[in-house]
Amino acid sequence: MPEAGSPGGKPVAFRGGGFAPRPVGFVGPIVFVAVILLWEAGSRTGYISAIVLPAPSQAAIAFWELVTSGLLFKHLSASLYRLIIGWTLGMALGLAVGFAAGLFSLARAGLVPLVSALFPIPKIALLPLFIIWFGIGEESKVATILFGTFFPTVISTYGGVDNVDRGLVRMGQSFGMSWWSIVRKIILPGAMPAILSGARISASIAIILLVAAEMIGAEHGVGAYVLMAGNLMATDQLIAGVAILSCLGLTVGWLIGRAEKILLRWRG
Amino acid sequence: MPRGSRRLGDTGGTRSKWASEMDLHIAGISHRYGDLQVLSDIDLKIPESQIVCIIGPSGCGKSTLLRFIGGLERPERGNVLQIGEAPRGSLNPLTYIFQDFALLPWRTVQDNVSLVLEDHRLGARERSAIVDDVLRRTKLSEFKGAFPRQLSGGMKQRVAIARALAVSPACLLMDEPLSALDSQTRELLLDDLLELWERERFTACYVTHNLAEAVRLGHRIVVLSRRPGRIRDVIEIDIPLAERVRHQAKLQEQQQQLWNLMREEALAADQELTDA
Repeated sequence: MPEAGSPGGKPVAFRGGGFAPRPVGFVGPIVFVAVILLWEAGSRTGYISAIVLPAPSQAAIAFWELVTSGLLFKHLSASLYRLIIGWTLGMALGLAVGFAAGLFSLARAGLVPLVSALFPIPKIALLPLFIIWFGIGEESKVATILFGTFFPTVISTYGGVDNVDRGLVRMGQSFGMSWWSIVRKIILPGAMPAILSGARISASIAIILLVAAEMIGAEHGVGAYVLMAGNLMATDQLIAGVAILSCLGLTVGWLIGRAEKILLRWRG
Repeated sequence: MPRGSRRLGDTGGTRSKWASEMDLHIAGISHRYGDLQVLSDIDLKIPESQIVCIIGPSGCGKSTLLRFIGGLERPERGNVLQIGEAPRGSLNPLTYIFQDFALLPWRTVQDNVSLVLEDHRLGARERSAIVDDVLRRTKLSEFKGAFPRQLSGGMKQRVAIARALAVSPACLLMDEPLSALDSQTRELLLDDLLELWERERFTACYVTHNLAEAVRLGHRIVVLSRRPGRIRDVIEIDIPLAERVRHQAKLQEQQQQLWNLMREEALAADQELTDA
């Protein structure tokens, strides 16, 4: 109906909007619960055979046995010890080498090709070497995780250093700031976003490598538990162990998210 | 320490603490990047307490010249001479103000100012006194806890000016400081700079491509030709800065004269391929 003042016009069709996903908090948990319920229903009705995949309730029972026997604590503490030591050392060395490659031409020319050559080697393939070098004690397990986290840290760190706005570095120089001050107050914070997203990746790699590391004659550890369950075809225990690893990953991801919130507060 | 007393003694009189006995002489500078000659035989004096504006078509090497003056880059030939000593309290005699502000996004306003004092031997109390003083002088005190992302472009540049004032420079090197701002903010900041000059009588080398800024701020305007940049002309404007608002017609005339000088160069520069 044409109104007064708009003789015979039609509204312009809307064609904007979209392309802006919003966070919808409750959907994630619902999907989780729905998948587990479907799975449980499938197992109960016999649609999913117990040999193929144990019911979630079976896995929960296996998990509960771990809790009551006190083994959960032993497995978790052994694994966390290896994860924390290996990841911390790998990050520390990776940061040092990454900064060197980001700041010095010679270090870059020498180290970057080496890192590119060694990064893609599956660390599992090197396990026999690690055993020869470090024995079958904790050292070789920690070393596996260390090597796995070292390379991605180097790459993300020197990428981060490269991406720091050179205008800010020039500003620092123009005010007579010392080299060390520029590195500490301009380059390090500027590279922090890249370093933290590298930490996210290297933490996941550390958890992936935990199972490999605990292949080396480990008595306790979540990875060792999963391997043992696999060897015995105890699929309920296997699922329980895998769920623990998954929760470990979620926790670490959440912790790094917190660190990002605090360290990158300035990004708003 | 004479520094503290100098600062607190600032009452806005004529010939304040900025009045150093330091001139800059740019002596026969030529420079090329690879095969590309960017500057050729630039000879220029920046006398104390004056604002020297350098204008020229884009790509004529004005910003390069400014980087030479502050020692951020080395010219192929010639050098920049400092005649006389910088005042004793000056922490950083040659201080830049950048077009893109160059504020650290992870530091608040006051920490950005404090950054450039941290490498100097100052007590914590003296340092925060300087920070408070310059923030007050640039009317930023109530924003001292804000992060750069929360500020408008004009406020960011005010922070950069405060940061420059904090190190008591002998000469300010300004590289198109207003070019990243919208025209209204630019007008406001131009007034701020004029007011600051009236109070502090600082020495400055002001690079711009904006002729209106040059005739409002410059005691002396150096016109560079297009690449390779040579000095085409030096124009002195003898109207005191404070009175220029009242001589619009005269300024307009000066601006027109500058434009006539530059017009063809600008046209030619516009049609050049850039690869620098």
